[in-house]
Amino acid sequence: MLSDRRPILLANARIVDPSRDLDFAGDLLIAEGVIREAKRGIHAAGVPEGTEVVDCDGRLVAPGLVDMRAFIGEPGAEYRETLASASQAAAAGGVTTIVCQPDTDPVIDDPAIVDFVLRRARDTAIVHVQPMAALTKGLEGHELAEIGLLKAAGAVAFTDGAKSVVNAQVMRRALAYAGDFDALVVHHTEDPNLIGDGVMNEGEFAARLGLFGIPKAAETVILERDVRLVALSRARYHAASITCEESLAVLRRAKEAGLAVTAAASVNHLALNEIDIGPYRTFFKMAPPLRAEEDRVALVRALGEGLLDVVMSDHNPQDVEVKRLPFAEAAPGAIGLETMFAAGLRLVHNDDMKLITLLKAMSTRPAELLGLQSGTLKPGSPADVIVADIDAPWVLDPDQLKSKCKNTPFDEARLQGRVLRTIVAGRTVFEYVSG
Amino acid sequence: MNIAPKTSFVLSRRHLLGIEGLSAHEINGLLDLADEYVELNRQIEKKRTSLRGRTLINLFFEASTRTQSSFELAGKRLGADVMNMAVGNSSLKKGETLIDTAMTLNAMHPDILVVRHHASGAVELLAQKVDGSVVNAGDGAHEHPTQALLDALTIRRNKGRIERLTVTICGDILHSRVARSNIILLNTLGARVRVVAPSTLLPPGIERFGVEVSRDMREGLKGADIVMMLRLQRERMNGSFVPSTQEYFHYYGLDKKKLGYAKPDALVMHPGPMNRGVEIDSAVADGAQSLIREQVEMGVAVRMAVLEALSRNLPNA
Repeated sequence: MLSDRRPILLANARIVDPSRDLDFAGDLLIAEGVIREAKRGIHAAGVPEGTEVVDCDGRLVAPGLVDMRAFIGEPGAEYRETLASASQAAAAGGVTTIVCQPDTDPVIDDPAIVDFVLRRARDTAIVHVQPMAALTKGLEGHELAEIGLLKAAGAVAFTDGAKSVVNAQVMRRALAYAGDFDALVVHHTEDPNLIGDGVMNEGEFAARLGLFGIPKAAETVILERDVRLVALSRARYHAASITCEESLAVLRRAKEAGLAVTAAASVNHLALNEIDIGPYRTFFKMAPPLRAEEDRVALVRALGEGLLDVVMSDHNPQDVEVKRLPFAEAAPGAIGLETMFAAGLRLVHNDDMKLITLLKAMSTRPAELLGLQSGTLKPGSPADVIVADIDAPWVLDPDQLKSKCKNTPFDEARLQGRVLRTIVAGRTVFEYVSG
Repeated sequence: MNIAPKTSFVLSRRHLLGIEGLSAHEINGLLDLADEYVELNRQIEKKRTSLRGRTLINLFFEASTRTQSSFELAGKRLGADVMNMAVGNSSLKKGETLIDTAMTLNAMHPDILVVRHHASGAVELLAQKVDGSVVNAGDGAHEHPTQALLDALTIRRNKGRIERLTVTICGDILHSRVARSNIILLNTLGARVRVVAPSTLLPPGIERFGVEVSRDMREGLKGADIVMMLRLQRERMNGSFVPSTQEYFHYYGLDKKKLGYAKPDALVMHPGPMNRGVEIDSAVADGAQSLIREQVEMGVAVRMAVLEALSRNLPNA
């Protein structure tokens, strides 16, 4: 089944294509790895011989998700996650393109490592894998990485992963240089000095738990600085994971000034808040941290308005050895490839936004920013497509997750919406089997 | 003299992890029981047998002479077998030590584990892994419930009540589990609580704890019945949180003059160990208004009360 490359007709579907602002009832035909057409009534008109006809019964057909931020662990930390295991999780979650981060061991700061990741992915992964490369050598924030050569080798963007470039001069030069190659700079906006001993959002709740807080200013100080440096360059800049209302104000000003600035939030920050930490639950320890409910609501609103561009999973597998610890000592991060769509659908079911808005932030926008052909159902585009029942209720059982680590904040959570089929380059790589 | 205590109070919970969540009834029940032990501890025959056959393990991941010896004495006076384990901060990965040690000790069937750890929440995490009762002897900057109880007992015995007293807590609130437990307890019993510290030593969000916040000793001590001083760790005095010991003492150290801002019959407390000349002047620490030595005495009685009240709830009790 998994290698079948027969044409596929997804019939009687609700077709949502955020790239063209379309949401209609119709059929989608896939052949030879590309989308042939998406319109009303293909079924009636007949299809090529041997076509697998799938009656979608009104369920969603949409572009496969492009997850702009996933920490994988290959090479160097395969016990956490391999490209293969991540791709299995991704396929089950409707993610057809994983954008992996360069904080591997060795760091992806050498064209040969980009090449290695791409070849490993080709040989072992069932979805597309696009690596980001380091912005500075060794992610150390001192010397520029070989942005030109890394881009030529296939890196889709440049980032220091979960680290901020603290030195403003280095950041200015990185932006200026990246601009010459039209390379996208993706930046984690958290000042490590302001983080200090902080392990969660600063405020009453942290004070009650006796945990040291991370002020929102740790984020806005870096973001504001970066925006001013972007204005001195020709670079395209993307804030990797913003979390608070104040950052949205910075983002809005940057966009109004016409700067090439975009931003993402993780699905965790859109669906959860600091209160979820409860009695020191380390699966809710994230970097940047979960913020207050007001911030979550502000992010959701910004996503609905289109101010916030991208929603990503921030997939970060961590095993029990580093999670079953006192909160301050536990590693941050949560897995998310398999749950980002269902978690994001909470916003749709709560009437916070339209389905097409969520899908755009999870597919079309990231694909555009990264220069990928996917994220659309336009005829001639790569056939990276999902079929989903957005209403199906289920309870998350961590043992059923395909990721190697089970550190999900949605452990035992009630979710609504399930991916039924994931198609990558015209091939069905995942089919949900009930029971 | 092996008479059962008059107070039959039972703490209907398995662990004492913090003051948070305790009702006024539970706090008063523990204080009443402790009152009886104060009298017992002043007699020549101090031994009780209510914990006979029980094993109490003192598990201290962070060194502490006075709290550990206080618990040890409390356990022994109630007839328990007491074992002290000083785990310290070895080069081992701290978390491994915590869970592994918990599992190891649990296999020895202790009835009560008294635990101190440098990380907030660590004692609660450990409590999830063991079968007996766990008493939090201080976790990070989170809680130190027996300290708050002994402070409350000291206040109650000297002032006759806690309700409507003005209690000012001064110093390093940010890093203090003693402050957190005291704020919660004093609020629960109806005291009026103030905190005084420089902004760098106040946790953001403190104003939402139901306390009045001040940065000035004169303002914060005005009309106070009780002045609680907190210890300032040496590594925080050298420019990281406050510029110097001298400057800190000048503005926040409790001397005779500053104590004069409080009520004439105000009483002074300190959880110890004191930094004389940093947060408190010797003349005040050893003066007539000081309750500091009495706090130590109350510590043993309160810990006996906690152990007794928890043990009444243990299986086969």
